[in-house]
Amino acid sequence: MPSLGADMEDGTLVEQLIAPGERVSRGDIIGAVETQKGTIEIEVFEDGFLDKWLVPLGTKVAVGTPIAMIRASDAPDPPTEPDVPQPVDPTPPPSPQEAPQPVDPDIAPSTPEDPQPMPPPIPEFPDEVRQRVTPAARRRAAQTGVDLRSLGAGKTIALDDLKPPKDETEPSPVSAMRRAIADAMSRSKREIPHYYLSDSIDLTAAEAFVANRNADLPPDHRLLLGVLYIRAIARALAKFPEFNGTFENDQFIPDAKPHVGMAINLRGGGLVAPALHNAHEGSLDDLMARLRDLVERVRQGRFRARELSDPTITLTSLGDRGVVGITGVIFPPQVAIIGIGTPGWTPVVRDGHVVARRTAHITLAADHRVSDGHRGAGFLRAVISQLQTPEAL
Amino acid sequence: MTRADLRDTLIGQLGQIAPEIDISTLDTSADLRDECDIDSMDFLRLITALGRELSLEMPETDYEQMRSFDNLLSYLRDHVA
Repeated sequence: MPSLGADMEDGTLVEQLIAPGERVSRGDIIGAVETQKGTIEIEVFEDGFLDKWLVPLGTKVAVGTPIAMIRASDAPDPPTEPDVPQPVDPTPPPSPQEAPQPVDPDIAPSTPEDPQPMPPPIPEFPDEVRQRVTPAARRRAAQTGVDLRSLGAGKTIALDDLKPPKDETEPSPVSAMRRAIADAMSRSKREIPHYYLSDSIDLTAAEAFVANRNADLPPDHRLLLGVLYIRAIARALAKFPEFNGTFENDQFIPDAKPHVGMAINLRGGGLVAPALHNAHEGSLDDLMARLRDLVERVRQGRFRARELSDPTITLTSLGDRGVVGITGVIFPPQVAIIGIGTPGWTPVVRDGHVVARRTAHITLAADHRVSDGHRGAGFLRAVISQLQTPEAL
Repeated sequence: MTRADLRDTLIGQLGQIAPEIDISTLDTSADLRDECDIDSMDFLRLITALGRELSLEMPETDYEQMRSFDNLLSYLRDHVA
């Protein structure tokens, strides 16, 4: 079970896309896990054969638990079989009518043969307090995690004695997402000594560049201003490596490549900030195509594990319908987040004259364990400077 | 394509972007992006899908004519051959 961020403790295997014995290559999607953040595709990182699945469909296991055994192409014999892991949580996954799973229209969801792992055996009671429990009540108690002993002995426990299965202990997907955000942001505010900087960016040239470029292009080739932001950040990071990486175990680990996390709002609540890998590479068109693909998959509630675990910095942009400014909360274990507000017309003094310019508010929240305001200001100015020559992006 | 067909096409594509929208309660004269909470990327996806289905260019400079559901529907009616 891959870790998809510091706040993830477990996940439920919901798809097995490869059968035992099939060949797999590095980068193949072999399955999917359901997490608080949605359905995450699991990539394989080596070539070989899928020897066997170690976790049944529908089972929730802790991060780090082996999910499948992959035999390297050149390994002659299957390795010895490790212990099959046990589910960490006896609560069965929510049934479909309670929690609709995001469905990828291209891939039919696998139907688990037995979507509900067996509940742990109900301990036998000593004869003198033995309870009578109807089968329906016993099933519901297992689903909801109710301890039947708490309902007393000496009478028959029927379905009516138990609360309906859907109650506060069974969070809906949105509240699970809300909890994931709360955990990550609470950890950030508790552990990261943030400092904040802000400035104004003149976006007149950048907006004109995008409008001119889009004028003759069909919709599927048009750029959004946000792509220029991402590229400008990726370029600026080259000279400011202390804002690109992760802080773990009292140590900052810079990343050689800028993997810019893009905060994407979800319809119905919550947000995710998956990475655009190597955002310094390729043309703007290429970066736009990747952003579009990422947003479409996020809208379907489906993205790849690496996209959630790899961001080295985050951009939160309010787009063209927001408010003037946003100051972000750093996503641990990252060390910086840039916020860009909604562009608007502003009177600006240039060469002694007041002129109307398109500007936006830009902020940097960064980790004082790793950098200081002086360098932060240099980084923010570098991002602003990149956006003054959009044709060079 | 009839006027009713165009309306169905628009409702269908809008439903792809904003599945929870109920057209019967939508203020069709209000700003569509505000009314349906559509960001710039989703608006571009809507325009892309409509352009593809109806073989229209839908240039960015015409976006002002597509502000509300009613505006957008009129725009489609005026431009579909």
